[in-house]
Amino acid sequence: MKLSEKAEEILEALWIAVEEKGRAYLEIDSVGIAGDDPAYAELTEVAFIEVKNGCVYFRPEGRTEGRQTIRRHRLAERLMMDVLNIRGEDGDRKACQFEHLLNEGVDTKVCTMLNHPTTCPHGKHIPRGDCCIEAERLGDMGVVPLTELKSNQEGEIAYIQTEDSKKMQKLMAMGVLPGNRILLMQTFPSYIFRVGFSEFAIDTQMAREIFVRR
Amino acid sequence: MSWFRKRQDTAESSAGAVVRRKVALVGNPNVGKSVLFNALTGAYVTVSNYPGTSVEVSRGSAQLGDETFEICDTPGMYSLLPITEEERVAREILLTEAPDLVIHVLDARNLERMLAMTLQLMEADLPVILVVNIMDEAERMGLTIDIPLLRQRLGIPVIAAATARNRGVAEIREAILTYDGRRHVPFGYGRRMEQNIAAVAGELRGSYRLSVKALALLLLQRDEEVEALVRTTEGEGASRIESLVKEKTFERRESFHLELSMERKEIVHGLLEGVITLPDKRRETFASRLSRLTVRPLTGVPILLVVLYFGLYQFVGKFGAGTLVDLIEKQLFEAWLNPWIIDLAGRVIPWEVIRELFVGEYGIITLGFRYAVGIILPIVATFFIFFSLLEDSGYFPRLALLVDRLFKKIGLTGRAVIPIVLGFGCDTMATMVTRTLETVRERIIATLLLALAIPCSAQLGVILALLSKTPGALLVWSVCLLLIFVVIGFLAARVLPGETPLFYMELPPMRLPQFRNVLTKTYTRMQWYFMEILPLFILASVLLWLGKITHFFEKLIGWMTPVMASIGLPKETAVAFIFGFFRRDYGAAGLYDLQTKGLMSPRQLTVAAVTLTLFVPCIAQFLIMKKERGTSVAVGIGVFVSLLAYGSGWLLNEFLLATGLLA
Repeated sequence: MKLSEKAEEILEALWIAVEEKGRAYLEIDSVGIAGDDPAYAELTEVAFIEVKNGCVYFRPEGRTEGRQTIRRHRLAERLMMDVLNIRGEDGDRKACQFEHLLNEGVDTKVCTMLNHPTTCPHGKHIPRGDCCIEAERLGDMGVVPLTELKSNQEGEIAYIQTEDSKKMQKLMAMGVLPGNRILLMQTFPSYIFRVGFSEFAIDTQMAREIFVRR
Repeated sequence: MSWFRKRQDTAESSAGAVVRRKVALVGNPNVGKSVLFNALTGAYVTVSNYPGTSVEVSRGSAQLGDETFEICDTPGMYSLLPITEEERVAREILLTEAPDLVIHVLDARNLERMLAMTLQLMEADLPVILVVNIMDEAERMGLTIDIPLLRQRLGIPVIAAATARNRGVAEIREAILTYDGRRHVPFGYGRRMEQNIAAVAGELRGSYRLSVKALALLLLQRDEEVEALVRTTEGEGASRIESLVKEKTFERRESFHLELSMERKEIVHGLLEGVITLPDKRRETFASRLSRLTVRPLTGVPILLVVLYFGLYQFVGKFGAGTLVDLIEKQLFEAWLNPWIIDLAGRVIPWEVIRELFVGEYGIITLGFRYAVGIILPIVATFFIFFSLLEDSGYFPRLALLVDRLFKKIGLTGRAVIPIVLGFGCDTMATMVTRTLETVRERIIATLLLALAIPCSAQLGVILALLSKTPGALLVWSVCLLLIFVVIGFLAARVLPGETPLFYMELPPMRLPQFRNVLTKTYTRMQWYFMEILPLFILASVLLWLGKITHFFEKLIGWMTPVMASIGLPKETAVAFIFGFFRRDYGAAGLYDLQTKGLMSPRQLTVAAVTLTLFVPCIAQFLIMKKERGTSVAVGIGVFVSLLAYGSGWLLNEFLLATGLLA
């Protein structure tokens, strides 16, 4: 079942009102979608909401769906900012259009790619999905920069992200290649790590460019 | 760029014995190329446990059987695609000189990582012998390598060695003698990579020294030198090749370098299947524990202070500049040699003027030689022993990472710690070593700081001796220099355009320096230094003598007196400053003479010492600056340093007068 875009927006507004502002209902006037819009009927039909006296109430299934909708919205915002580097109002608008595509498992993929973010760019909480819970259960930190590892933690090099291709070549020539095991030995005053039988020292800026999977 | 082209068939080399066969040693930094070079040639090049010290290319000849080979040691390179200046130099040798044999030396412990370059050399159709070096340390770690199997897999001669222990050297000699042409087991990349290579290689019609496959790959990696070469060699076809390369690289713009590296890694992985047996557990050695202590700030900083106290202060300062100078200068020269020589000259040379030249106030023997041998030599010798010990132990890379954060503030990275520390020995040598720094900006800042605020050991020794008799003077001098070093570095980092490069460095395992190595290394450095300074000292003596007999000197002192007076110094110091123009330590030694005669107050002494330390570097350093950085930068630094030195002297004098310190 796929909801219309307007229906999803109603769910989001309702979820914010109920879950984040602690209200019991949402007045239709404050939604921005007229009360006679077919979206309300659509949601009532699948028993997600109830409309009484110009106010919208959640039904249990609707609450779960609302949570998922808001999650997709905020993931879309993160995607705009972190990956596509579109910020500000432009980012918000694009995110609003994009969120509707994040269903049928796409949200899980995006969430994993973004390494299970917990807040949106505006600092609001992103409800956790199954993938987040599973990752936490496995203790899977996902792919993080070398700077996030603690001393004596080991990982596998996932990729090197640097704009300077010369530097990347140098790192690769030194044996810092995706797939190799890397052991972080020290973090201050410089990062020291071991790959194979060799030890290397790099500065913080460079450590941020080496991404490691634990 | 003609040197890339295929060399003429060396028919004359097989006919006549005139042309020697050439052997090039290549490999990563710090894998023992220089040790092998020494073992093969019997000559000595500086060997150190520090990546990137072979800046210059060493050459020597080796007598193997009836044949004499020319051996050439290259700076360390990580890959056939050069990134740093050193790698460019190394590759140029491979290409311009078309060696008859390339010996790839690698570190057994890092066989898997370093074998990728062997593949590149083989792929370029170079005649390769592989030396798996440092086997002793690998074995100690519990690593075993099946050399015969590796030889069979690669199809080239493979030799296990520990050249520092002279193991495997005989086999290497044998392999050089019996090498019979290039052949290796072919290996290939994935289908897409091979298609790309073939497409580009197929267009290359000219004749080149490297295989077209290697060239095609370098083109695809956008190697500018190779692009230029192809452009000149291919003529009309060049633009077609260029657009083809552009098309291919655009297609794979996302990750060509990465994929190539990964494919090579896969190939290496396959080649080493069953060749290497890793130990189940890493063995913790004393060296690795010590290494850890030196890199942690909490233990590393105290260790650094201990090293500096015993190494610099006690050994170089007290023993070198104190005990040894006393012994050689006071006992040998003043008490014994000088009177004898003066007496001899008095009897042999009838002309007063000529006698003056040799044994007069500024005589070649009584001044030039005495300064060089009596004062400078013992100080520099002890410093170089200290430096070589540190270098061989592998301490410097650890020091580099320890100070990286601080050095970033003055526009340098930790890498610059080597030239800066070496500068305390000899600024000229250190200026030469600044070329190992990555960016031009960093090199200029380091060159400037060396010229300005780093006193060389000779100068340091004399200044310590000079100021230690006056309480507080040494402190004022040190604070002034440190302040100027930091402030000028800080400003230079802000004024010069560009960014401070990132810091990365390989940490070689710590080793116990080998006594013989340290001594020979000190000896070669001393030799270089002495050859460098002795002629200058003699020249200075001759010029001073000329100045004296023509009375030009008196005029010069006359001109300089107001300048000296403006920073509160007596006119006699002008002599020391004129000396200082030849070498700063020479000038400082001049001050030493003045002080012994009781001609200067503590304030004057301190001002003179600070000004002279900051002043124009010695002529040799200026010449090297010109050679390394170009005339305009060298002159610019020279003028800036002179003005700053004078300005600081003036300021310090005013400050001391106003506060009454050191009165």
